[in-house]
Amino acid sequence: MPYISNTDRDRREMFAKIGVQNFDELIQAIPENFRLKDGLNMDPALSELEITEKIKAQTCQNLCAQNANSFLGAGVYDHFIPAAVDFIVSRPEFFTAYTPYQAEVSQGTLQFIYEYQTMICELTGMQIANASMYDGASAVAEAILMAVRKNKLNKALLPASLHPEYLKVIKAYTEGVGVELVLVPVKDGVMDLDELARMLDESVGSVIVQSPNYFGNIEDAQAISNLVHAQAKCLLIACVDPISLAILQAPADYQADIVVGEGQALGNSMYMGGPLFGFFATKLDMSRQMPGRIVGGTLDKDGNRAYALTLQAREQHIRRAKATSNICSNQSLCTLAATVYMSLMGREGLREAALQSAQKAHYLADELCKIDGFKLEYPQAAFFKEFVVHTPIPARQIIDKLLPRGIYAGVELAENSLMIAVTEKKGKAAIDEYVKAMQEVIHA
Amino acid sequence: MPKTIFEHSSPERHGVRLPASEIQIPLDKMIPQKFHRAQTPRLPELSEMDVMRHYIKLSHMNHFIEKGLYPLGSCTMKYNPKIHELLVRHSCFANLHPHQPESTLQGALELLYELQQDLAEISGMKQVTLQPVAGAQGEFTGIKIIDAYHKAKGNTHKTKIIIPDSAHGTNPATCNLVGYDVVELKSNSEGRCDIARLREIVDENTAGFMLTNPNTLGLFETQIEEIAEIIHSVDALIYMDGANLNALLGIVQPGKIGFDIIHFNLHKTFSTPHGGGGPGAGPVGVVEKLVPYLPVPMISKDETGYHFDYAHQKTSIGKVHTFYGNFAVLVRAYIYIKMLGAEGLRRVSENAIINANYLMACLREYYHIQHQEHCMHEFVADGTWQKKESKVSTLDLAKRLLDKGFHAPTVYFPLIIPEAMMIEPTETESLESLDAFVQAMIEIAQEAKENPDLLHEAPISTPVRRVDDVRAVKELDPIFKIEK
Repeated sequence: MPYISNTDRDRREMFAKIGVQNFDELIQAIPENFRLKDGLNMDPALSELEITEKIKAQTCQNLCAQNANSFLGAGVYDHFIPAAVDFIVSRPEFFTAYTPYQAEVSQGTLQFIYEYQTMICELTGMQIANASMYDGASAVAEAILMAVRKNKLNKALLPASLHPEYLKVIKAYTEGVGVELVLVPVKDGVMDLDELARMLDESVGSVIVQSPNYFGNIEDAQAISNLVHAQAKCLLIACVDPISLAILQAPADYQADIVVGEGQALGNSMYMGGPLFGFFATKLDMSRQMPGRIVGGTLDKDGNRAYALTLQAREQHIRRAKATSNICSNQSLCTLAATVYMSLMGREGLREAALQSAQKAHYLADELCKIDGFKLEYPQAAFFKEFVVHTPIPARQIIDKLLPRGIYAGVELAENSLMIAVTEKKGKAAIDEYVKAMQEVIHA
Repeated sequence: MPKTIFEHSSPERHGVRLPASEIQIPLDKMIPQKFHRAQTPRLPELSEMDVMRHYIKLSHMNHFIEKGLYPLGSCTMKYNPKIHELLVRHSCFANLHPHQPESTLQGALELLYELQQDLAEISGMKQVTLQPVAGAQGEFTGIKIIDAYHKAKGNTHKTKIIIPDSAHGTNPATCNLVGYDVVELKSNSEGRCDIARLREIVDENTAGFMLTNPNTLGLFETQIEEIAEIIHSVDALIYMDGANLNALLGIVQPGKIGFDIIHFNLHKTFSTPHGGGGPGAGPVGVVEKLVPYLPVPMISKDETGYHFDYAHQKTSIGKVHTFYGNFAVLVRAYIYIKMLGAEGLRRVSENAIINANYLMACLREYYHIQHQEHCMHEFVADGTWQKKESKVSTLDLAKRLLDKGFHAPTVYFPLIIPEAMMIEPTETESLESLDAFVQAMIEIAQEAKENPDLLHEAPISTPVRRVDDVRAVKELDPIFKIEK
């Protein structure tokens, strides 16, 4: 066996020490009739060479975004990742380590999480961040649950422009504890503020704003915040794109109370949508209601700087049924990738990535709208790196017709509605190729 | 401690350079001024080598599997094969987008489909969802399924779930999240479920029972048949917490002995790296009558190929993840299972059990071990002798182990054993490595007698000395104060 050192001779020596003759004596506690008689029914074991062949065959059945010209987004984005990121993430010192409960032999993990928390707070303007949630969707769900703990108001308003898969996850997470979810309608691609004003009253515990929203549009978060905070107890939960924060308003600037979002774009490959990671930040006065792990700075016995998990009394391994969340494992290694990514990109690099993504998306939108029958679905709304176009032929047909040309045209939102994402990775030639292909299939 | 990355920063240094954009549009022309940010986030500014040095320096302060034994009970810190890492990074896995058309994902879907099948066979369940991304999320999915089952049957009176007092904290926390009251079941003197007591607390309001098997004392719950009969008699369901599945591969199929639902921790049993706290994966298997409630989509296969299958959308609990779970983790577990096969998997569990029993036999003379019978893949020793004789706590013993190059066991858990040390060596440790650990533990027992202060002072050779976690709470310092 490749990963088991002990030979039959070792086993015999161990049996002697234990005081048994054979393995079966060790499992006498398992009733005879429970034990599997004929072994598992599985394919024959493969060697390293054979599994490599098998995986190679499987990868050949896939057409990855690297080999295509992809304009897919909707929650997962193909941003540039510097090569050095994977070198750090691949260090066994990080990737085979356990959760840093034994602080004295986990300072490497603890310090990078502290740095990660700092970077998330710098992007969002908040005061404290946790070590991560599973994904953007569960981060929003946990934010809603935290708001309920804080103000005991179990009604949450969500925009109809929220990511639809997030909505499903939020529903699963919040229905058990009796949270009432109410959708705020969308007008011109953003939250309808008149409707929001009408729906807000003292029974509402939290309002979620996603900006850029599912359609890529930037919400008027300050106006939303003003309405929300006119209610004494209501909390504003902002769900944001971390790359966008290099150029767009920090949520703290519009007085968000809890800030969450999907972090994959920060240095993590897409991997068909997993692993992702959710970031979660808030104000200091809500720290004891937060879900998940938090690292804090402290001192060791000799008075030297050190780091440790902190506020653990919130967590399931201490508080059990009364914990703020059931989360244990999070997405630690993904946050390491994010931390190294942000360190390498630096202040200017992240801004450049954000700016170029926006520029290229706007260029593509302009070019597409020059084709007969194409127009922006939400011309009044400002967008960041993703936008929705109205298409002259069904979006499904466009997707199917561009696929043989190696182009992923976008995500179909409605029969004649196509959502298109662009990142800084796209060169002008790739965008022009897309526009040209679009012209051809429309006129074919 | 090393400086933080922010303290290494110097203005205008770059770790990367993007190509100059051929498209220049001023920000104002794209996005109204009122949405702009006043100050660019103060991320650190360093060269690539500066960044590498910093994080490599941090990495040197960690314990990790390749460095030494990691005997954390119920955490299954086995060796993570490197071929997984090489293969998973293939561009046609790493660069797949979840919204790609099915026809361009056939290889990935085949892999997921086969993993569903393999996990179903290993657990003896009818069907498996790969969507949950962690053990606790698997538990959440499982309890939601219990909830959906009762709602579909009109069992509106079901309000409580029973959990043994030896359970992991995620069990009660999860039940609370789904909206159930938790009723704790005391363990009997053997360390197993107290059946008489279980009979007393089970009633018509019982929705389910969560059981870790083998339990956190490393003991197989022998009375499953009786437990199943009691639980099923009130139309409740039995959930198996699969944290300790590493003891049962090819030996017992939980779905065939009375369990209705199980979650797997792929980062434990199936050797995907723990990553310093994730990402893991927590697939969930169920018996036939619960298949309609599994999250959507499942991966199905027909004559045209593999598909994302939403067929049971109406009865499903919905979704627990934005997309299809932690695909990159699933790929690693798939490779592991395919390389071991049926015989290899059984060999894993056999050796995990032999290694644990060997350690227990070697340590029994030096540390109090409450239970006299053979254990499964882990066992609980405790520091009560040392506490009584030398006023040395289990925490001191654990910290001294760090000095000797080993990670500590899981300490003060399960809660029902005072001064507990839960020890799980896993199958990948060799006899020599186990002997070295035993030697260290014997030395520490000796030191406790002769020089208890040495243990109170421990650790002394780690990158930092004992860390003040009370101060970390009292003087909360969660972020670095960036000055420039």
